[in-house]
Amino acid sequence: MSILVLAEHHDGALAGATAHVVAAAQAIGGDIDVLVAGENVGAIAEAAAKLDGVSKVRVADNAAYAHLLAEPTAALIAELAGDYSHVLACASTTGKNVLPRVAALKDVAQISEIIAVESADTFKRPIYAGNAIATVQSEDALKVITVRTTGFDAVGEGGSAAVEAVDFVADNAQSTFVKEELAQSDRPELGAAKVVISGGRGMGNGDNFKLLDGIADKLGAAIGASRAAVDAGFVPNDMQVGQTGKIVAPDLYIAVGISGAIQHLAGMKDSKVIVAINKDEEAPIFQVADYGLVADLFEALPELEQKL
Amino acid sequence: MKVLVAVKRVIDYNVKIRVKPDNSDVDLTNVKMAMNPFCEIAVEEAVRLKERGVATEIVAVTVGPKAAQEQLRTALALGADRAIHVETDERVESLGAAKALAKLVEEEQPGLVILGKQAIDTDNNQTGQMLAALTGLPQGTFASEVVIDNDKAQVTREIDGGLQTVELSLPAIVTTDLRLNEPRYAKLPDIMKAKKKPMDVKSPAELGVEVASKVKLLRVEPPAERQGGVKVGSVDELVDKLKNEAKVIS
Repeated sequence: MSILVLAEHHDGALAGATAHVVAAAQAIGGDIDVLVAGENVGAIAEAAAKLDGVSKVRVADNAAYAHLLAEPTAALIAELAGDYSHVLACASTTGKNVLPRVAALKDVAQISEIIAVESADTFKRPIYAGNAIATVQSEDALKVITVRTTGFDAVGEGGSAAVEAVDFVADNAQSTFVKEELAQSDRPELGAAKVVISGGRGMGNGDNFKLLDGIADKLGAAIGASRAAVDAGFVPNDMQVGQTGKIVAPDLYIAVGISGAIQHLAGMKDSKVIVAINKDEEAPIFQVADYGLVADLFEALPELEQKL
Repeated sequence: MKVLVAVKRVIDYNVKIRVKPDNSDVDLTNVKMAMNPFCEIAVEEAVRLKERGVATEIVAVTVGPKAAQEQLRTALALGADRAIHVETDERVESLGAAKALAKLVEEEQPGLVILGKQAIDTDNNQTGQMLAALTGLPQGTFASEVVIDNDKAQVTREIDGGLQTVELSLPAIVTTDLRLNEPRYAKLPDIMKAKKKPMDVKSPAELGVEVASKVKLLRVEPPAERQGGVKVGSVDELVDKLKNEAKVIS
């Protein structure tokens, strides 16, 4: 068996998520190649070559793959897929955009967001917003899979894989990149943070999210939000934790003014320790919280910041 | 321009699901069903395109059991002009649905196809992308804004870290994210009128496609239950527990 892993990268750097996907590939077993596609991605390929367990890094460095648009990137992976039994990517917006297109090009099913590997063809994945776990078996010769990174511990960096260029250039007359507007943040990435503090509708407005800043700074935490807070316009949508936003599993998750709807729980209930601060003692969030504090957040947050 | 909108009948998003005692699947008997929330957004976007004079006809389609006609009627009440039901009792997942939809795209020749980004039952997030691959069309996934300008679509996409805008040649496939729009409710007179709108029923065999899922569902189980937690009386107690009991902060 041999496995191709699509490298995730942002701003010229290899994303930490890739090391989690390589770990999932190791659980399947076999030779692991990493595909780095993009424009000017030499440094990213070198970083990928250092990941433990990687046999080879294949680099498709071409303007055609800038921003990893689905049409050319899927064509590239479909071109290479003949050499592999499995194609893996992390369940990021890039992986989710590209891999189903690859699977259909190869006329095979795609398996989304696996959280465990049972065998080379059998995987566990959450369904119904994480309220059930399905064990599924693929009968296809090629398995195309996205990996939920919180399900697998990242591999380390001690490898020295060979790096080789891929010549194939996909032509794409159908889609062009126009622009990107990325949220600026000095805090850890939401998906990778050890501590996450999230605000919900109870925060009242966007300004009040500043109450979370000091606590986040003291704990080295990322700041998240519930869908209600995003829909109300308090914060941008890339902060959303939930079934339709980001899935996080930090050591500590602090939910402030969040009722705990199914949709939100789907994004954070695998956190090691959950703290809920809410003035409604009937809020469903208290059913999953290890520590619950029934209190007005406008009093509790400043006090918490001071006592940390 | 004709717009094709795909809708799916799923368990209502407010329902707390139950796993069957034999762990074969989730129990859907006597459970409230509804149109998938992302599909509602897709229908709404199509209707708004028609209201702006961009779309001339809206065709709502679904692949699934007979009961899914309820959701097609809902789409008709919201403003779709006619509906096509690909009827099957098979367990259909993304690839099968995409194959049936690809045949309908070939027959109907729409200028734009709108789907939801994912169904809240299987949580796959695949069908739109697969349909784009099978039809050879470009894709604008997780759309929070769609602007049609002559023969191009500018699609703003919700990506990790922010927003990305891409320009697609038409025809194209678009999948909706939550913030694309706020779906309207169907009004009673429109619900009555929808009963008279045309609905074609086709079988997968007539379309010449296999829709049954090739991924075997071996087992479904509830997720590990979290241990019941404790309520603390004060911020001091909370900080103490986090430091000394949970040891997650120092």
